[in-house]
Amino acid sequence: MSLLLNELGNGIFLGAFFGLIALGYSMVYGILRLINFAHGDFFMVAAFVSYTVLGAVMVGHSHTHWFTVVWVGLLVMVLTGGLATLANQLVYRPMRRAAILSMMIAAIGLSQVLENGVLVTPGWGATYLVYPVTTPPSGFYVGSNHFTWGQLIIVVISGLLGLGVYLLVGRTLLGKAMRAVSEDQTAAVLMGINVDLVIAIVFFIGGALAGAAAVMTGVYYGQINYLMGFTVGLEAFTAAVLGGIGNIGGAVIGGLILGIVQSIGTGLFGAEWAIVVAFAALVLMLWFRPTGILGERVARRM
Amino acid sequence: MKALELEEISVYYGPVRGVENVTLDVEEGEIVALLGANGAGKSTLLKAISGIIHQKQGIIKFFGEDFHRMSPHRRVVGGLVHVPEGRRIFTALTIGENLELGAYGTKTGRVERSERLSEVLAMFPFLKEHFKRLAGTLSGGEQQVLAIARAMMSNPKVLMIDEPSLGLDPQKIDIVYDLLQEVAAIGTTVLLVEQNVKLALEIAARAYVLQQGSVVLSGVSSSLINDPRLSDAYLGKAADGDH
Repeated sequence: MSLLLNELGNGIFLGAFFGLIALGYSMVYGILRLINFAHGDFFMVAAFVSYTVLGAVMVGHSHTHWFTVVWVGLLVMVLTGGLATLANQLVYRPMRRAAILSMMIAAIGLSQVLENGVLVTPGWGATYLVYPVTTPPSGFYVGSNHFTWGQLIIVVISGLLGLGVYLLVGRTLLGKAMRAVSEDQTAAVLMGINVDLVIAIVFFIGGALAGAAAVMTGVYYGQINYLMGFTVGLEAFTAAVLGGIGNIGGAVIGGLILGIVQSIGTGLFGAEWAIVVAFAALVLMLWFRPTGILGERVARRM
Repeated sequence: MKALELEEISVYYGPVRGVENVTLDVEEGEIVALLGANGAGKSTLLKAISGIIHQKQGIIKFFGEDFHRMSPHRRVVGGLVHVPEGRRIFTALTIGENLELGAYGTKTGRVERSERLSEVLAMFPFLKEHFKRLAGTLSGGEQQVLAIARAMMSNPKVLMIDEPSLGLDPQKIDIVYDLLQEVAAIGTTVLLVEQNVKLALEIAARAYVLQQGSVVLSGVSSSLINDPRLSDAYLGKAADGDH
């Protein structure tokens, strides 16, 4: 029981990361039907940018100022949102009329450009880098299980960001425009919606969420690497598909389920099995419910 | 004042001619019908006017202003609304959300939008009753009504509507056509594309007849309805220039 609680807690924690990144996959898929394989690398670039910025502002400080970490986090969210938007404008937008397969190959190409770009950047490179800030080990007990305050804060921040996106898409006029563009771009134009702008905003939001996840990953795990976006990207993509890709709530739920499944799997089989468990869950889901948990076939009427 | 003026508009789909050298105009407050057989270029012309396809040459003026290089969403902001063939409502959104999006381009504030919503709902009481229903659950006729209501949300100067009777039973057609007359009665200029000639000429003051992408005939409805050349255009007889 206690062990299960521990796995559940760690699973929710892990799921918070997956959910944040899955939202970016899911929103872009929802609006363009594009699986943006470069999304995990936006996350990776954000980790390196925040590493450099934090390193610079922390010089001469012996202990961590969390206020500084928060504003660097916000800055990195804006920068990563900008990177994602720029990627859309330079790579995907000119291909709007191309076959979706071509766009996906372009996404893989972009992913390679970002990874290798970080690899050859002086000061970044191929080795694991130690993040300038780490969360303290202090925390609290639930029963006999120890969780850190850092974990709790990360889950809360992720939850608030996810809720923010959910309300934005569900309640605001901009969110309704996003859903309209997702269903029928031509009809959306005929409503006076600037479709290109709406798509750019979706990329920005997805990127910003990946930026937040990157800073929290760096702070919590304490090290970053230029290939970190590949694995996390695949896991987040799995989470998005589990929940029903294109669906905002689905991305969050998929993230949590994947986190819990992976955490329990790791507890049972060992950490080296984490990825295997994740993809086994994906395969099972695709067998039994290919549309994902919240995914549905949209009926179209003439 | 002329609401719409088209001068020698040509549109091509690659090498294929959509419409060629079409010149027409619509007076403010008028209902004008665009008639013609399937594939005559009626929908293509509407799409060129709303800007969702590019014309190859020609000038489109909207209340005297050249629309030529304006992006399509800006034309909506300017007061030109296009209800496309097949209604194209957002099926995964509620009726209320569809209506709200109709006012998207007007860039008005929340208060004005909700005022406009009340006005439109007063015109379309059926939609008020089903405000929170998913639009995809509506029948074809109801979807057409929603599409018109959605277009009216932006308080357009000109409403272009493509085949509003398509796929509807006669009773529903009557409802839709009554609505169109109501829309015109409040001062909206209407450009109506229709295959059903009789229906269109009943409410339109004038009409243009397209055949194979060109205007072959035009005039006031009362004289067109008895013109033998009208049925020729539908039956595909070649229209010579010297009629």
